[in-house]
Amino acid sequence: MNTPANTMPGSFEAQTVSPPAFSMTRPFYWSVRRELWENRSIYLAPLAAGAIFLLGFLISTIHLPRQMRALSTLDPTKQHEAIITPYDSIAGLLMLTAMAVGMFYCLDALHGERRDRSILFWKSLPVSDSTAVLAKASIPFVVLPLITFVVTVAAQWIMLLLSSAVALGNGLSVGTLWREVPLFSMSLMLFYHLLTVHVLWHAPFYGWFLLISAWARRAAFLWAVLPVVAIAFVERIAFNTAHFATFLLDRLSGGAEAMTMSGGMPIDPGTHITLGRYLATPGLWLGLAFTALCLAGAVRLRRYRGPF
Amino acid sequence: MASIEAHDLRKAFGTTIALDGIDLRLEEGRILGIIGPNGAGKTTALNAILGLTPYQGELRVLGRDPWTERDQLMRDVSFIADVAVLPRWMRVTQLLDYVAGVHPRFDRARAQGFLANTTIPPNAKVRQLSKGMVTQLHLALVMAIDAKLLVLDEPTLGLDSLYRKQFYDSLLTDYFERSRTIVITTHQVEEIQNVLTDMVFMDRGRIVLHASMEEFESRYLEVTVHPEQVAAARALKPIHERQVFGRGVLLFDHADREQLGALGDVRTPSIADLFVAVAGSQIGQAHVGQMEGAAQ
Repeated sequence: MNTPANTMPGSFEAQTVSPPAFSMTRPFYWSVRRELWENRSIYLAPLAAGAIFLLGFLISTIHLPRQMRALSTLDPTKQHEAIITPYDSIAGLLMLTAMAVGMFYCLDALHGERRDRSILFWKSLPVSDSTAVLAKASIPFVVLPLITFVVTVAAQWIMLLLSSAVALGNGLSVGTLWREVPLFSMSLMLFYHLLTVHVLWHAPFYGWFLLISAWARRAAFLWAVLPVVAIAFVERIAFNTAHFATFLLDRLSGGAEAMTMSGGMPIDPGTHITLGRYLATPGLWLGLAFTALCLAGAVRLRRYRGPF
Repeated sequence: MASIEAHDLRKAFGTTIALDGIDLRLEEGRILGIIGPNGAGKTTALNAILGLTPYQGELRVLGRDPWTERDQLMRDVSFIADVAVLPRWMRVTQLLDYVAGVHPRFDRARAQGFLANTTIPPNAKVRQLSKGMVTQLHLALVMAIDAKLLVLDEPTLGLDSLYRKQFYDSLLTDYFERSRTIVITTHQVEEIQNVLTDMVFMDRGRIVLHASMEEFESRYLEVTVHPEQVAAARALKPIHERQVFGRGVLLFDHADREQLGALGDVRTPSIADLFVAVAGSQIGQAHVGQMEGAAQ
């Protein structure tokens, strides 16, 4: 029998040029893009939340002229509060949306690819497990906060311009409005808040979800939540205390006093930033260490765990 | 350089032994068929070679340790697992973009050339494609990667026979060349018989035979004899014997063709029959020891 090797023409030789230098960031970049292709809710959910809020705001501008006339009779603090509330609300709504999307994304990120066996395809390509896991982690740590920031700021600008247009159309002055809604400093505060609370302070939650996602064979959500509930429950029964539950809720609600002097919404420009105290909080660094351990565990599990 | 070098490769899942000491050396430019029943350890062996599972023993693939250097290795190795694994949510164009993005040796134009010969719509999602189309799509991706080693685990599962034939033709004419090595497992042994340069029989986690096709064709002969000549044939020490329509079919290793010709019709056995002879029978078991020595 002929060996095919002997009969094949060398037509391929011309094409087998040495591959171009391939930077390390390329696989990472494409891995992030593929996450966005698969999970369109990462950007659709914040956009939808923003759009719905804007729709509600648009309808509410019917009452705007009457409200603005009433405002002038209020004292300055109450006036400020009344004007700024919708701007704080949309920021809060988008943060909550991003947290929900981030949680469900993380729980499925390393679980779904094993469930549908596509992990065998991903692993057939020259992308390391650490690149894959870091690309997935970058969704809650980088992509979602950035989208939240951009959508929030864009929506706030639309709201301010819309209000101004309505006010001018009714022959009212927009001076108060623009004075009470300092969008540039609000954006800076929003960015600081997203970075300190939603990325760094909440990091352990996302790390934990990714770890469970890599570990669980099924029902990742239950595995992520039930043990935590069980610990809190046992503590309650055994010692009649709630330290663990309090600790978690504090963590989730931002532990805001560490980042800023309390008082006012965290994105309010009046809030006093206490970066030094934030960086000196042991909880921040313990949380980041825990996150790093979770991610290392997820990388290791992704290597060992095949499809189901 | 050897593409694959394994020495005393072992793997157990709990108490189940999947690989029971595999020794294998495969040179560059060969096309190896791994043949064996379900549960023989074929897929486990391939998974070890591809860095998908940890193992005991020594294993080098293209000079690398697959378990610790999988991502590096995958620049030079491509594979298709035995199950449909293309992500069902992905579009064909996204797949091309992604593979082109992460794989330095992927030739997108080539993949599109292969796809142009199919009826796959470029904008379709994988979940909208038929089983055969998904396989065609995966093959188009893999064949456009300039890999040194291609591993195919049951590549044509679920395809109709016409397309299976086209696939192997295309593998030989469009893909295979001197510096490439291909490893294939399949249940449709007869289909790949003409494609292979080497074959390995696996049974219960062990390699029971490793031979080149030249060896296979020159060493093994099968003779069909009438009942009255069975005794004479048996005297020549066949390694296996079976009955077909009342006539004896005896399989010989290193027998003299003329001597056998005097007894009945002589021909080269099919791979499947040889597998049964080598792995299935008691004679086969005794034979395993000799063969393993010879295959080294």
